[in-house]
Amino acid sequence: MDMKVSKKLGLKERYTMMTRDLAWDTTFQPMDKVFPQVGYEGIKIHDWDQWEDPFRLTMDAYWKYQAEKERKLYAILDAFNQNNGHLSVTDARYMNVLKLFLGSTPPLELMAARGFSMVARQMVGAGPRVACMMQSVDEYRHFQTQIHSISNYNRFYNGMDEFAHQQSRMWYLADGKSFFDDAITAGPFEFMVAIGFAFEYVLTNILFVPFISGAAYNGDMAAMTVGFSAQSDEARHMTLGLECIKFMLEQDPDNLPIVQRWIDKWTWRGTRKLASVGMMMDYMLPKRIMSFKEAWEIYFEQNGSALFNDLARYGVKVPKCFAQTIEEKEHITHQSWIGFYMKPDACPFHTWIPAPDELDWLSEKYPNTFDKYYRPVLEHFDRQEKAGNRFNNKTQPMNCQVCVSTIKFNEPGDPMEMCFRETVYKGEKFHFCSDHCKEIFEDEPEKYVQTFISSHAALQGKCEPDGTDVNAHDYRPGARMHAYWRMDKRAAGDFNGSEDQKNFAQWRDQATKN
Amino acid sequence: MTMLKTLAPYDFPSSDAVGNYQGRQLLYVNWERHRMFSRPFVLALPPETPFAEIIDKHMTDCFSYHPDWAQIDWSAVKWLNGSRPFIPDRDKSLADNGIGHKDLIRFITPGLDGIAGSGY
Ligand SMILES: [Fe+2]
Ligand SMILES: [Fe+2]
Ligand SMILES: [Zn+2]
Repeated sequence: MDMKVSKKLGLKERYTMMTRDLAWDTTFQPMDKVFPQVGYEGIKIHDWDQWEDPFRLTMDAYWKYQAEKERKLYAILDAFNQNNGHLSVTDARYMNVLKLFLGSTPPLELMAARGFSMVARQMVGAGPRVACMMQSVDEYRHFQTQIHSISNYNRFYNGMDEFAHQQSRMWYLADGKSFFDDAITAGPFEFMVAIGFAFEYVLTNILFVPFISGAAYNGDMAAMTVGFSAQSDEARHMTLGLECIKFMLEQDPDNLPIVQRWIDKWTWRGTRKLASVGMMMDYMLPKRIMSFKEAWEIYFEQNGSALFNDLARYGVKVPKCFAQTIEEKEHITHQSWIGFYMKPDACPFHTWIPAPDELDWLSEKYPNTFDKYYRPVLEHFDRQEKAGNRFNNKTQPMNCQVCVSTIKFNEPGDPMEMCFRETVYKGEKFHFCSDHCKEIFEDEPEKYVQTFISSHAALQGKCEPDGTDVNAHDYRPGARMHAYWRMDKRAAGDFNGSEDQKNFAQWRDQATKN
Repeated sequence: MTMLKTLAPYDFPSSDAVGNYQGRQLLYVNWERHRMFSRPFVLALPPETPFAEIIDKHMTDCFSYHPDWAQIDWSAVKWLNGSRPFIPDRDKSLADNGIGHKDLIRFITPGLDGIAGSGY
């Protein structure tokens, strides 16, 4: 009997059939009406077939591969949780890294998932559409697995349960929210430069290294495994972002100035967003991996320079903010930590003054700035705390209209002075943290006049908990922010004397002593 | 000129227009070279508020935690509204002192440079 055996497809053929061959051009409606978003930003694309798929992964292979990773991840998470892994971390201060991370990162992974699924719909070529769809699923997975890995800690430590409520309300989370809101309300090509290139390619290591290595160094197997499980996705994300940049630049010379402006804008916005990550590295990890300054030198200055050298053949220049970030790497983490330390009532995580040996570490890592500008004030705070007079600043902060950072960065060239910039648009004043943010505003003021600034909104009476009587005689807008934020009082304040500190010490003693 | 590009008409009001503050206006206050209060603070006050209230109440409440506060030589202090030098009249209102919505008052205390001269 003759059997007709169909030939097994090669990888490349299979990829073609499963992606590009499934796409078609519309005929009932013209293509530009079905895909209006790819045209309006001014990017000119002449031939979508020129898009080189940076990786050839079909959807069925993708599912198989990701499912395998999930199985391994959850096996490790289960083992870690069943063995009370939370008691094996370096010390209870580490939990505050998780709290800061939980509020600031998984919600942004979710926004990335939304963004990439939008772009997957908006792009014309089948190659970019499939790649964006996969990235969207990846980002959704990051969002879920990060929350799952931290959820076990939520059973033991305070301040983790309201992160979803706090994401769009809490003052210090507004910078990250604004970052993604800005990107997702741009067109598909700007979104790809913002997230696919500037964030995933240029800055992602600064986010991943401290979190994954920091978790590993501090005994958090759960977060470490989540990080590693995401890292193979990141390799794909990086190549997608880079391919998109190259594709735009190869399609038409008129695209260069547009792309360059986006690179300048988003590298700066990403840099501002990373100030709190740097603070985590220098102040919050009980066992440090490297300083933020060192990480910046390796991952941004060296790797970034190599990348931009490579892109120079397309006419792309290093981002405008490059020099300023190099000056700031010596300062921003200290400025950020002092910024959080002063608000013990307004953060759902603890702050503290580093121990003397940790201050020495900072002096050694920051020889040009730490002893001169930051150590004296930290030691002053420490003396005050020990004298029962812990710093607790109760005022509402001023924020940058673009990056929504609190105004806390120094004037370039003068670490003693605060940096202020302002402009007037339609008769109203707007304030910025830097020349870069001011320029971003002035390029598109119609967009940034809408920025949500928590302290302003509170003073307008827009941040009231349910049940507030705005007609009461003693009503003051913004007076009940803690209730509005659903702040757990046990999670606030100094680490010294906190419930987390006591419980951890007690549980660890029970686990390790007779 | 704006570089904004959109698919449809795009016209949204400013989130912080003065009309949103029920007769009050925003004022930012910064103590120069005292970045311990690392961010300037923001207040919403009626334009009739006397300037004295800014000093005696709001600045004192916030800044008196700093050891330099007690050392201030009030005859030597200087003030900026944004980048423009001005001499506030304690007894006049914000409006009569030329202070408008979202103005930034910068308070300068010569000779005082924060904890151990660090600018903090
Ligand atoms: Fe992700
Ligand atoms: Fe990613
Ligand atoms: Zn800014």
